[in-house]
Amino acid sequence: MIGLTHYLIVSAIIFSIGLVGVLRRRNLLMLFFATEVMLNAVNIAFAAISHYYNDLTGQMFAFFIIAIAASEVAVGLGLLIVLYKKYGSLDLDDLASMKG
Amino acid sequence: MMEGLVYIALFAPFASSMFAALFGMSERKIFVGVIASSLLFLSFVASAMLAFYVYGTGNAIHVTMMDWISAGDLAIPFGFLVDQVSVTMMTVVTLVSTIVHIYSIGYMDHDKSFNRFFSYLSAFVFSMMILVMSDNFAGLFIGWEGVGVCSWLLIGFWYHKPDVTREENPSISPSWAANEAFIMNRIADLGMLIGIFIIYWNVGSLQYDVVFASLPNLSGSVLNAAAIALFIGAMGKSAQFPLHTWLTDAMEGPTPVSALIHAATMVTAGVFLVIRANPLFSVTPEVSYFIAALGTFVAFFAASMALVNRDLKRIIAFSTLSQLGYMFAAAGLGAYWIALFHLAAHAFFKALLFLGAGNVMHAMHDELDIFKMGGLKKAMRWTYIYMGLASLALAGIPFFAGFFSKDAIIETAWNEGTIVLWAILVLTAGMTAFYSFRQVFLTFHGKARYDEATLHPHEMYKFVLIAMSPLAILAMIAGFGMGGFEHFITKLLPDYHMSEHTHHIAWLLGLIVLVVAVSGIVLAYKKYGKGLKRDEKCENSFIYRLLANQYYIPQLYTEIITKPYAMISEHMWKDIDMKIVDTTVDGIAKFLYRSGDSTRKMQTGNLSNYLNWMAVGSVLLLVIAAISAMFV
Repeated sequence: MIGLTHYLIVSAIIFSIGLVGVLRRRNLLMLFFATEVMLNAVNIAFAAISHYYNDLTGQMFAFFIIAIAASEVAVGLGLLIVLYKKYGSLDLDDLASMKG
Repeated sequence: MMEGLVYIALFAPFASSMFAALFGMSERKIFVGVIASSLLFLSFVASAMLAFYVYGTGNAIHVTMMDWISAGDLAIPFGFLVDQVSVTMMTVVTLVSTIVHIYSIGYMDHDKSFNRFFSYLSAFVFSMMILVMSDNFAGLFIGWEGVGVCSWLLIGFWYHKPDVTREENPSISPSWAANEAFIMNRIADLGMLIGIFIIYWNVGSLQYDVVFASLPNLSGSVLNAAAIALFIGAMGKSAQFPLHTWLTDAMEGPTPVSALIHAATMVTAGVFLVIRANPLFSVTPEVSYFIAALGTFVAFFAASMALVNRDLKRIIAFSTLSQLGYMFAAAGLGAYWIALFHLAAHAFFKALLFLGAGNVMHAMHDELDIFKMGGLKKAMRWTYIYMGLASLALAGIPFFAGFFSKDAIIETAWNEGTIVLWAILVLTAGMTAFYSFRQVFLTFHGKARYDEATLHPHEMYKFVLIAMSPLAILAMIAGFGMGGFEHFITKLLPDYHMSEHTHHIAWLLGLIVLVVAVSGIVLAYKKYGKGLKRDEKCENSFIYRLLANQYYIPQLYTEIITKPYAMISEHMWKDIDMKIVDTTVDGIAKFLYRSGDSTRKMQTGNLSNYLNWMAVGSVLLLVIAAISAMFV
């Protein structure tokens, strides 16, 4: 039987994968994907807990997160295009211009 | 109606000061002086009307303008009390200051800081009014410090004069003298503050009526401590030994300042304090006796220095010191109303004397050495008459003002059975007569000892001489108001009566004083009436040199206080401040600077690095949250 624990473990694993992606990746586009992965890991946890407690609030929250993530991607991709046009690269090591 | 008068009397000088300050930086404008004088006159009129009201009804006026400090149990309102004592002071202060303001229009004629002078002078009067009118010790202290600041501003009015050696000018320079006065007063003010704290600590209020009502509940040691501490404050402001040196040095200020502040008003604040706090001093007989003894000593001590001084203004300053000693003697012996009467009478003739000295200075182009004057009688007839009158009053010749008041003080000393004090005071009266007339004779009689070819002494402006006339009249007739004044003032102050025995021989006591005083004058006439005959042997004698150098006390202070203090200060600066305090502060700054420098490298500009740091931070926060959750 698959219980709450399994879902939470999956969620944690996916979150960690996302986090490693955020920390290790150098390409901005990949960073975005990693962020999406993290957000969806949280969505899984929300949905699972919501089902466990028989409370729809968590699932509603997950929808909100999906909506916000979508709009964030729309804005973020727009910014990425502008950045790419300006610098010709999306590699973070190339974009470092504010060295202290 | 009466409340309005109180505010007019108090705030007219303030308005005058603010008005004059508007023109402080611009060149001389006559109307500033005129308006300042009129506002002061307004204040005088209001004070006089209040005096009539208090005299007529016998009631005091008590107004509370607003709450000032109210925190916890401490409640100090801005309240003003116009009773017999304060109304007397108000009238004297505003009268003398009105005359001094008018006088200054003439005297400061050629000074480029004419407007600034009026601003300071009026500010002084305002502070003095707060001092005398306040209904609590805190307000008194505000006024006390206010007059101190104004005195500092005015002594150092010609701050641009450079420092010279003590041999050349005993006060070194105006700014030096101003600082000396200010610092000495600060020392005494510490005593005053401690006294106020003791009172607040034990009574829980600073209102005069509350404090005096609860005196019987206090223990003897508390009362003594409070009385001693308050008297130390009074000693500073009234320049009693050993804090007396600033008063003669304060003569560096313009002469109207000397007349107003260092003769007639501010220096009497100490006497006023003792009179105001008379319920306290009358239950501490030991302290009161000390006050009387110190006052008598200062009366003699200052008069002895005046005997040989050559500086016109310093002689008068010493005489002020001496007369303050008389006032303290009377107050210490319990004759508070006599002290207050002498205070008022002294204010009139001493201001007149100083203003006369100002006229002489004006005529002699700032020469103050009476050995270089002489024969001014012809050129300056009115000044001669004024100064002669004031000196007669000071010497206590019947029936001038000083005769009644000083005689009463000496009689009090006899009546209290303090024969030693009595004898010293009588002797001092003779010395007073001698030095006053030595100065008059050397200045006005004999042949001119100045260079007649280059110097043409001229009389002061007419309006100035007219402005001085009220003082001259009061110096002549004020004494006849003594009976009325006693009746008026003893509604508030304890009445002091001579015993039957003293009353019986009062004429004899008066006669002794008179004989001593007249012989002082005669001696002065014999020695100096026909002009100056220098006596080398006398001038080189030890006593003469001792007196002329003020008992070497200024030099002593320099050697045992100023120089060691400067040495300690330098040591503190170089060893403690530089090596400990500054090093600590610099160390903290350097540590921050270095840590900033080393962590600067974190700022790579690479978003990926930042994200890593952020992740580390979040994990740290999580760990901390988890650990704290475990412990709660």
